[in-house]
Amino acid sequence: MRKPALNDEILLKIQQPARYIGNEINSVTKDPDQVAIRFAMCFPDVYEIGMSHLGIQILYDMMNRREDVWCERVYSPWPDLHQILKEQGIPLFALESQDPVRGMDFLGITLQYEMCYTNVLQILDLSQIPLNAAERTEDDPIVIGGGPCVYNPEPLADFFDLFYIGEGETQYDALFDLYLRMRGEGYSRKAFLHEAAKIPGLYVPSLYEVTYQKDGTIADFTPLADDIPAVIRREVVTDMTDVVYPEKPVVPFIKATQDRVVLEIQRGCIRGCRFCQAGMIYRPVREKNVGRLKELATRMLAATGHEEISLSSLSSSDYTQIGELVTFLVEELKGKGINISLPSLRIDAFSLDVMSKVQDVRKSSLTFAPEAGSQRLRDVINKGLTEEIILDGAQLAFEGGWNKVKFYFMLGLPTETEEDMRAIAALANETAVRYYETVPKEQRNGKCQITISTSFFVPKPFTPFQWARMYPPEDYIGRARIVNEAVKSQLNHKSLRYNWHEADVTVIEGVLARGDRRIGQVIRRVYETGGIFDAWSEFFDYTRWTEAFADCGLDPDFYTMRERPLTERLPWDFIDTGVTKEFLQREWKRAMEGKITPNCREKCAGCGVLTYGCGVCYGETAAGMEEG
Amino acid sequence: MKIRIRFTKHGVMKFVGHLDMMRYFQKAMRRAGIDIRYSEGFSPHQIMSFAAPLGVGITSDGEYLDIEVNSTRPSGESMRALNDTMAEGIQIVSYVRLPEDAKTAMSIVAAADYDLTCRPGQRAGAADTLWGGITADELRDAVTRHFDDAPEALITKTTKKGERTLDLKPLVYELSVEEKGGQPFLYVKLSTGSQDNIKPELVLEYLLRAMGHTFDPSSVCIHRRNVYARAADGAGFVSLDEMGENIV
Repeated sequence: MRKPALNDEILLKIQQPARYIGNEINSVTKDPDQVAIRFAMCFPDVYEIGMSHLGIQILYDMMNRREDVWCERVYSPWPDLHQILKEQGIPLFALESQDPVRGMDFLGITLQYEMCYTNVLQILDLSQIPLNAAERTEDDPIVIGGGPCVYNPEPLADFFDLFYIGEGETQYDALFDLYLRMRGEGYSRKAFLHEAAKIPGLYVPSLYEVTYQKDGTIADFTPLADDIPAVIRREVVTDMTDVVYPEKPVVPFIKATQDRVVLEIQRGCIRGCRFCQAGMIYRPVREKNVGRLKELATRMLAATGHEEISLSSLSSSDYTQIGELVTFLVEELKGKGINISLPSLRIDAFSLDVMSKVQDVRKSSLTFAPEAGSQRLRDVINKGLTEEIILDGAQLAFEGGWNKVKFYFMLGLPTETEEDMRAIAALANETAVRYYETVPKEQRNGKCQITISTSFFVPKPFTPFQWARMYPPEDYIGRARIVNEAVKSQLNHKSLRYNWHEADVTVIEGVLARGDRRIGQVIRRVYETGGIFDAWSEFFDYTRWTEAFADCGLDPDFYTMRERPLTERLPWDFIDTGVTKEFLQREWKRAMEGKITPNCREKCAGCGVLTYGCGVCYGETAAGMEEG
Repeated sequence: MKIRIRFTKHGVMKFVGHLDMMRYFQKAMRRAGIDIRYSEGFSPHQIMSFAAPLGVGITSDGEYLDIEVNSTRPSGESMRALNDTMAEGIQIVSYVRLPEDAKTAMSIVAAADYDLTCRPGQRAGAADTLWGGITADELRDAVTRHFDDAPEALITKTTKKGERTLDLKPLVYELSVEEKGGQPFLYVKLSTGSQDNIKPELVLEYLLRAMGHTFDPSSVCIHRRNVYARAADGAGFVSLDEMGENIV
């Protein structure tokens, strides 16, 4: 058995020592002398969160299929261990080998949300790797970033040697082969990065220069070598059925957030909600074959022993074989003590029937995400849900015995008025009215419980709302207060509960999401003044961020409070996601006119991803093919 | 059909706590294809119970869980199926069938025995010394004077309800200083279970204090040897896995 990197005294002193010991079922151990490449794959948050992430499980499995690569996992040490590692100078280690990360060939960090950026610096610092890529030597690992946040990697450009833009399944083999060849021939780190920049989807920030105009906006973005591309095109998996998928995912000892088999049924979303980044950057919709999914479900359950399976996709109801798949799962698994979790299913007769079979109706709640309270604003954001669909769905559910409903909304969406805010409360009240109208008094299981949650909208790159402005924290809180008062004034207010997110963190997330390279020094400053785990409200400190902006002489409002002109050069414009800027501009204008755009199966909107030659663009929506 | 499984817990697995070990075995049963019984109701759960929770940081050669199964393969095959899917550090060492009227291990646990070793690096003196630099003979002498020959051995036990004074004498069944590979350690067999559950480090703490030394919990490595029930005739103890029969 490998000797743990931490001694017993440390492991017995910290919370959840099992976060740091590795040795989990299905974790992969190799002989370090028999592999050519050591890869540390990191999710920069606590173990329980990181272990729940599907993307890392996919890449971990894929890389370890190569005999010459050993991919291991790394997560953020919790603040108790962080302090001990700093004090005792113990280098951060990978779980499988317990070897220091700094001795690996690559350190891959997935960037799933902006508020983990300070944890990226924590990982580098605890690994004893220089924070800035420019300071790294031949002995340091190549630090590579991936995940949805790389669609604007610029705030982190200083800290990464490489970014992988797009879906990870496609180009790692090319990268590894290049690395082996160049290392074997004795090339330098710099020479390797220059060659890597020619691999499709790979972006080497140090090889590009950004210049700014007097007003602070970007003047130009240029490659420093003439043999690397000026535009980086997103990598896309064209065949979801045959693509690698982990049949033996790692099973944690401690309870992870996602303590279940996760079955990815499709990638992408046909809906085109204008605020949603995932809905744009994972286009086009690509389904996995239903036979393959049945096989995967069976194998993964057998290999993990998990008692639950969950379907993963942006909108499960849009999977064309959902009926067949769910029926299979219910019939095959229910008797074996396996629970089935069905997130992101549209509420209708079919889904309610299925749900009544797989969950305890009295205990579970139904979730609607209308995102906006009024039909006008739902049209602006292109959320296809109507009040009628919501109320009819709720009524069916009430008839089926449910009495708990959860609503998710966003505040601060473009064009939002006070009327739209109040409509949130009115919609929730109408839902309660349906309950009392539908369910006779003697059949009621107490009052209905309607929970309304609002978050504040953050504009994201590569969405039609990427030009939108944000608002100061006080303004957001004012909006929440309007909703709160409207909720209290409803007739059925005793059946309604309202909670809202914090506003400070929203504004910082907004800066990081649409920031440029200059923001890197702010992130570094925040880390150096003690900021880690900013995604955790108990650790996030707004003042630390505002002070860091002041120290760096940068104005956060420049990034958030302006509605950006359509002509402005945006920091992420050098990335080509396949979804064209013309389409996004067209969608932004249609939003302002309150015009909806049909989904990909109804009618092709000409977003541009047809160029990938796969998925829904070439599927059963013939109309889409003609239009495109 | 009632089955009792004995397993050992070593290495880094000692950092996996009791509740997580329960979840671990639930998943292991499914991976190994054990035909375990599920409870009735909307959210069925496996019928499984553990003998005596083991604290985080303690290794063991005698951990037990009882399960109910609808059917079973022979002991050897079942053990192989389970061992094929165990994490390194956990090993199934017996799988026996209990009489149908057997009570659960949890309800009959009466004693457990432990080796308490001084953690390397925590010794004040030479390699064969113990806590605070004391020698094996000094500790042996303390066992005789402060335990064997003493009329009582009083400790203060802190519980949820507050502090209470407890006499260790009727609760400690065996206490001696032993040696293995030149390394002395304290061996103790004591009362365990729902009543009068005594942690082994309390006995060490009592001895060290009686000798005028302080006690640092992080300085001791604890290893559980086995867990016992009271023998049918009331005299002595019987290992929990001796209460069932191998399935052939």
